[in-house]
Amino acid sequence: MQITILPERKQVELTGRRRVSDILSELGYLPGTAMVIRGDELIPEGEMVEADDEIEVRSVISGGL
Amino acid sequence: MKCTRCGGRAEIKLRQHNAAFCRDCYVPFIQRQVERSISKQKMIEPDEHVLVAVSGGKDSLALWDILIELGYQTTGLHLGLGIGEYSDRSTDTALAFAQQRGLQLINVSLRDEGLAVDEATAFTNRPACSACGTLKRYYFDKLALDRGFPVIATGHNLDDEAARLLGNVLHWQVEYLSRQHPVLQPTHEKFVRKVKPLYRTTEYESAAYCFFRKIDYVIEECPNSVGATQLTHKHVLNQLEAASPGSKLQFVQEFIDKAQPLLRDDAGDSPGTCENCGMPSYSELCARCRLVREVTAKRERKEARAS
Repeated sequence: MQITILPERKQVELTGRRRVSDILSELGYLPGTAMVIRGDELIPEGEMVEADDEIEVRSVISGGL
Repeated sequence: MKCTRCGGRAEIKLRQHNAAFCRDCYVPFIQRQVERSISKQKMIEPDEHVLVAVSGGKDSLALWDILIELGYQTTGLHLGLGIGEYSDRSTDTALAFAQQRGLQLINVSLRDEGLAVDEATAFTNRPACSACGTLKRYYFDKLALDRGFPVIATGHNLDDEAARLLGNVLHWQVEYLSRQHPVLQPTHEKFVRKVKPLYRTTEYESAAYCFFRKIDYVIEECPNSVGATQLTHKHVLNQLEAASPGSKLQFVQEFIDKAQPLLRDDAGDSPGTCENCGMPSYSELCARCRLVREVTAKRERKEARAS
């Protein structure tokens, strides 16, 4: 699967079908710190992403101070 | 995964609420949660006109949208911080949100005031976040006062409040803890009430709200936030949350309900008045006027050297 990581605008490829929580963990995100988006849909943690899907992983953490 | 409410296909799972939602049920769920926070903490009276501080990020735009949907009268306030292209994008995003919906937005540029954060940081030895915080606080207070708003709402979310609480507890900043509350009542005649309606809403929830409501927000992070201590605190809290969902909400809400009332007497004295601008201040000059003085002196010295 093709993954676009935002806000870094990085492209990553993972092989095979994966659960959303496993994708986040492989990319180093804790649960609830990034949205996984496929097209116009948000994919919840427990669901599967197919091997030929294109997804966006968008961090939701903002910081300062 | 099915929506807890309607049984349709869920797009979001909220572990701290032990619930999953489709987008049609999620949006009103979040709006009701915020409405409950506003009402429980007595943040805004129904007839009050709210000044909403809007950065162009997910939290402040979600907040503005929610307040409008809940029927509040609002005006947006955007402060262009002067942090390179990041601020330009933020201003464009806030303006576009207001324009598309026909909303009133007060747009003030720190660069026009000769106080862009980039410049203030370059001319002084202050960390960017310190100068930025000083200027934001000052202009939010001043503009709310000058334009007669009784209350100003900011987009601080649960993660911000939990990280701030952890930082304050780690250093036992009792005076800061005494003032950490979703409703800050004015302690000076020139302050207005400040409220944080999203204090129980996580960053994930406000980002998902924007996604479902098709609100275009600035995804990029402030370049000055790299390495910020607050991010370390957020990371630690998210590790706790992963192991025990609901920890962040419990940490903040229990502090507000149980510990914060015990600390109110430690809030210290009320501020006096700045000799230069007349705004509230704990010393002869307020933090903003001290910053202006420092920037002006350094700028003049630099210009004198150059000529």
